Amino acid sequence: MWDYSEKVMDHFLHPRNVGEIPGADAVGEVGNIACGDALKLYLKIDPDGRVADAKFQTFGCASAIASASALTEIIKGMTVEEAGRVTNDDIARHLGGLPKEKMHCSVMGREALEAALANLRGEKPVPAEEGRIVCTCFGVTDAQIARVVRENRLTTPEEVTHYCKAGGGCGGCVPEIQEIIDEVRRKELEKETRPGPAARPMTNIQKIGRIQETIEKEIKPALRLDGGDIELIDVVGNTVQVAFRGACAGCPASGVTVASVVERKLREFVSPEITVEEVQG
Amino acid sequence: MRTVYLDNNATTRIAPEVLEAMLPFLGDSYGNPSSMHSFGGGVRRHIDRARGQVAALIGADAEEIIFTGSGTEGDNTAILSALKADPTRAHVVTTRVEHPAVLALGKQLEREGRRVFWLGVDAEGMLDPDEVRAAVRDCTGVVSVMYANNETGVVFPVEEVAAIAKACGCAFHTDAVQAVGKVPIDMRRSVIDYLALSGHKLHAPKGVGALYIRKGTKFNPLIVGGHQEMGRRGGTENVASIVGLGAACELAARTMEEERTRVKALRDRLERELLSRAPDTRLNGHPARRLPNTANISFEYVEGEAILLRLNELGICASSGSACTSGSLEPSHVLRAMGVPYTAAHGSVRFSLSRYTTDEEIDFAIERVPPIIRELRAISPFGRGPAK
Repeated sequence: MWDYSEKVMDHFLHPRNVGEIPGADAVGEVGNIACGDALKLYLKIDPDGRVADAKFQTFGCASAIASASALTEIIKGMTVEEAGRVTNDDIARHLGGLPKEKMHCSVMGREALEAALANLRGEKPVPAEEGRIVCTCFGVTDAQIARVVRENRLTTPEEVTHYCKAGGGCGGCVPEIQEIIDEVRRKELEKETRPGPAARPMTNIQKIGRIQETIEKEIKPALRLDGGDIELIDVVGNTVQVAFRGACAGCPASGVTVASVVERKLREFVSPEITVEEVQG
Repeated sequence: MRTVYLDNNATTRIAPEVLEAMLPFLGDSYGNPSSMHSFGGGVRRHIDRARGQVAALIGADAEEIIFTGSGTEGDNTAILSALKADPTRAHVVTTRVEHPAVLALGKQLEREGRRVFWLGVDAEGMLDPDEVRAAVRDCTGVVSVMYANNETGVVFPVEEVAAIAKACGCAFHTDAVQAVGKVPIDMRRSVIDYLALSGHKLHAPKGVGALYIRKGTKFNPLIVGGHQEMGRRGGTENVASIVGLGAACELAARTMEEERTRVKALRDRLERELLSRAPDTRLNGHPARRLPNTANISFEYVEGEAILLRLNELGICASSGSACTSGSLEPSHVLRAMGVPYTAAHGSVRFSLSRYTTDEEIDFAIERVPPIIRELRAISPFGRGPAK
């Protein structure tokens, strides 16, 4: 039995925004019944370019239904531009995480959204992924594989299968998937060594998510070694408000040194524009 | 919340009589049957009695039965024993629809360089004996064909297949884990060499099984060690579970008629009602030549895992051949071998009953399953007719 989060079960048992939108401004359809999951997304865009309504129909397992439901909840009220920046990770995060074997459900959500936005721009109503079919069992292209590898920092063919099914049928394409992983990693390394143009801007949700992740993974462990702790209070624009706990609270050095360490980490992992402010909370 | 357990091909409850028979051996009677003292040695006669009970259920002699740790162990022991018996016969014949206990062993034998012939099945999941006739050769060491399929319940013509194998001079093994206790089996009127069964499918505990080995068969043990089981399976006996298996076999002999009448009637009613109340459904497997307790139904346009988890909310336990429930991305190998369209395989649900299943439980399932299918179809983009 899968270890689904409460949020996944909630969205599965009580899916939000189910159905069609008659006269939708955009429709995105991905997957097919033979592959085991499919998603059709309908969007209504208001005159200011915001997603006024989003509805879906899906064929798939509990996490496919939950991912589609979460997606509609995320994008409602967003501008079309903001919606275009939603990633599969945003969907998984909104659901409190997905079992790793089920990540492809969140990827299907992102693909349906992209298909719908392409449709809105008057482009072909299919995911306009360029490329060559690598996995013939599930019809996955090299471009799709490279993308999930890049966006989710995948390192093994097994992870690629979890994210986009490629390699999960006969397994004949696994060596080729490994080659794609190696190629993506090589390019990433190149990019890291020479400063390229700034990454595309993040949505607020993405930014907050990344700030939380950085605090959890990069900052808390170090502070805890000294008996201290940190809590994220709020994010206002690029200002991150934090409160120190334990040994750090009331430490005369915290205002200057600790806050500056936190700031340096957040600038490194989230955005160079971040400033950190200590508040009492 | 109450549990409506319709997943008896996965495992069954331990019969209360079985549990009672076992308890002394989990308590005061903890001796080792191999001991010289009577405190331990006295336990031996309980194992002997259980061996007799298992033998009686399938019309075998007690000495033709060895106890194992599982159905899987029995299958592995039998196939590897047969291959070892005659190294000049290295070829293996089995089916595409075996349980993983045989399927995975066959794949491994292939990787080790053996030739394995995989027999197919027809759209109703039935095996054609003529295909076996065409597949066996002078160099075939073992033919292994399951007695009844765990997913569809289809019962294979194993006696006919066994006769074909024997005529060719090769050993015949059958994985009878799903069949024992549900259909009559009589080894006195059979030419089967090896037959594997499992305790937890017939109301005995998990972790115990038995392997029938026909008298005169050249046997090679899989597990070597002490002299237990007359040197055919090393390891101190799982006394309580063996006693439980014996008790369960004796019970099964008495209740088999009920499986074939009352349980079958419940299964037929469940099947009939679900097929008529939910449109776009189909039965998987031969309609008649099936175990009396198994119903495998495909609900088109919806996915099996979603159905199971919705049923789970109501306490109804069942299984599915959908890709998502297995963690693999491909639906059931059995349904695919039958040529069931992927669309139907993804939406397949197996309901398997037992003699503990009640009328009222079947009423509950008949009442609650169709609305779940309707609700999931309301979410699905498929099955909306030409207007789609």
